[in-house]
Amino acid sequence: MSIITRARARSVGLPHKRPNPFDNEAFLGYLLLVPTVLVLSIFLAFPFIYGVVLSTTSTEVGDEVLGRFVALANYLFEMARDGVFRTAFVNTFSYTFYTTIVKFVLGLSMALLLNQVFPAQRFVRAALLLPWIIPSVLSTLAWRWMFDPTFSVINWVMNSGLHLPICHGSTTCVNWLGTPGTAMLAMMIVNIWRGTPFYGIAFLAGLQTIPTDLYEAARVDGATRWRQFLHITLPMLRPVLLVVILLSTILTFADFQLPWVLTRGAPYNSTQLLATWAYTIAIPGNQLSIGAAVSLFLFPVLTVVIGVVLLLLRRPE
Amino acid sequence: MAEAQVPQQVGGAGWLRRRQRGPRGRIEIGDPFLARLFRIYIPVCFFVLVTLFPFYWMLITSIKSDTELLDFNQLPIFVRQPTLKNYEHLFTQTFFPHWALNTAIVAVVSTTISLFCSILAGYSLGRLRFRGANWIGWAIFVTYLVPPTLLFLGMAKLIQVFVLYNNLWSLILTYPTFLIPFCTWLLIGYFKGIPRELEESALVDGATRIQAMVRIAIPLALPGILSAGMFAFTLSWNEYLYSLIFMNDPISKTIPVGVTQDLIRGDEFFWGELMAAALLGSIPVAMLYSFFVDYFVAGMTAGAVKG
Repeated sequence: MSIITRARARSVGLPHKRPNPFDNEAFLGYLLLVPTVLVLSIFLAFPFIYGVVLSTTSTEVGDEVLGRFVALANYLFEMARDGVFRTAFVNTFSYTFYTTIVKFVLGLSMALLLNQVFPAQRFVRAALLLPWIIPSVLSTLAWRWMFDPTFSVINWVMNSGLHLPICHGSTTCVNWLGTPGTAMLAMMIVNIWRGTPFYGIAFLAGLQTIPTDLYEAARVDGATRWRQFLHITLPMLRPVLLVVILLSTILTFADFQLPWVLTRGAPYNSTQLLATWAYTIAIPGNQLSIGAAVSLFLFPVLTVVIGVVLLLLRRPE
Repeated sequence: MAEAQVPQQVGGAGWLRRRQRGPRGRIEIGDPFLARLFRIYIPVCFFVLVTLFPFYWMLITSIKSDTELLDFNQLPIFVRQPTLKNYEHLFTQTFFPHWALNTAIVAVVSTTISLFCSILAGYSLGRLRFRGANWIGWAIFVTYLVPPTLLFLGMAKLIQVFVLYNNLWSLILTYPTFLIPFCTWLLIGYFKGIPRELEESALVDGATRIQAMVRIAIPLALPGILSAGMFAFTLSWNEYLYSLIFMNDPISKTIPVGVTQDLIRGDEFFWGELMAAALLGSIPVAMLYSFFVDYFVAGMTAGAVKG
């Protein structure tokens, strides 16, 4: 093999070169993956497997070794006995479902707006993306202050600014985070405020890949704006819409920071989600293995969503 | 008709140039001002107002004195006697400077580690042809979709085994688990977008594979690396769950954890101070982002839309 190479190299007059293993694409390809695979298998694969094992035992905080093996007892206990778990389960679904719909509609309108021409466009685009950049713990704190029971600026605006009749002339009429219904609503509002920019910017990018000829042709044929939107924009945008919705579903479904900082599941567990409940049981509640079981309830749903994302992302090569 | 081409989203710059002089950049004839007012200007103002109000409220709250903060007889949306007392208190009476330093160290180091790993992996998976490359690429993408909520208990065990509680290394080592998959995924797209011919001509001229990678492919992917780095920095600056669990010592906390735990004493909220901390904690990412907003948007586009 090397003789042939050397002979060829001589014949075209190139200086003799030893075959370098790094020039082999496969060898180099695997070599470059080593750091990533190493980090991910230690810090990602291990915690995941450990979590699964943990959920089948009875282990508490402070135990040096894993507790007794109890198979699926933790899962069954949660499903059969734990009322809070059921609330959290339902809440997680409704929180994800409603916020996703609203973020989708608002994000699409934001993208359509930003695709128009108007003054100060760069400023507006930067400003609208801001909620998505800022640490959500910090912006959620600001919202918590805006929803304060006595000094809520939102109540103040509703009463003194807009004179809404529901306020009865008082600035403390709605106890946003203190009553179950409004607490969930408040949590959804903050999630929507934070998540919409992601939809908006991603959709905007999708909009700008639609060839303008299509719109010009439609206009020549006398199509109204609405029909153009329905028959050109939406179908052309479909792949982007689906991928963004699914990615956002995953993030919202497993959301911890926002609900934890805003309400911690209060009042009466009405805003408890699977993520916050898993944490509450495991860390302050000391029941590690039950917490692990609760968090693993996220897994089947996430698997389905991830599977759909992968199918959609698979580009025809 | 040159403008009507589908823009290359990978490069980022094309995406921006297009915005300024594309055919959409004209105000249509026969589109009266009144129609534009209702269709564009009013909705835009509404979006901007709702988006920015919480930040305005943070700022106003942070420069109010305690008496003014709790006085709703005056207009609460303005401040009459601005004061920096809250900021002064934050810097002298709390560990806020420590938290800021911790957050910065963790963000910079974990971003560096993640970028190193994901540049190599991104090049390997986006550029080199070998058995299983596609499969590994998808596997890394799937790990990006596994949230910390699912991993935190196992992660806590790992940190306990390594005896890293209250040590910044616990965060520096765990953050790459969500940074590397994301950055790698973004960079695979960038490396795929660089024409193969450029590297091949270097190989013909006698460069080794590694020289071609270091001198040609990586410099050309710099916009992508920059936006991946910014995402990584922002994500680690914002992280909450891991640092909430691993950092219990008041001095070793990061900003989000310190602010939510140590600035709230029992049921008592010191809102002026809290909002001052929230504002200061937001400024570094906001600054970073205002300088590089275009890379940020382009990177988001490449990552989210192109997949």
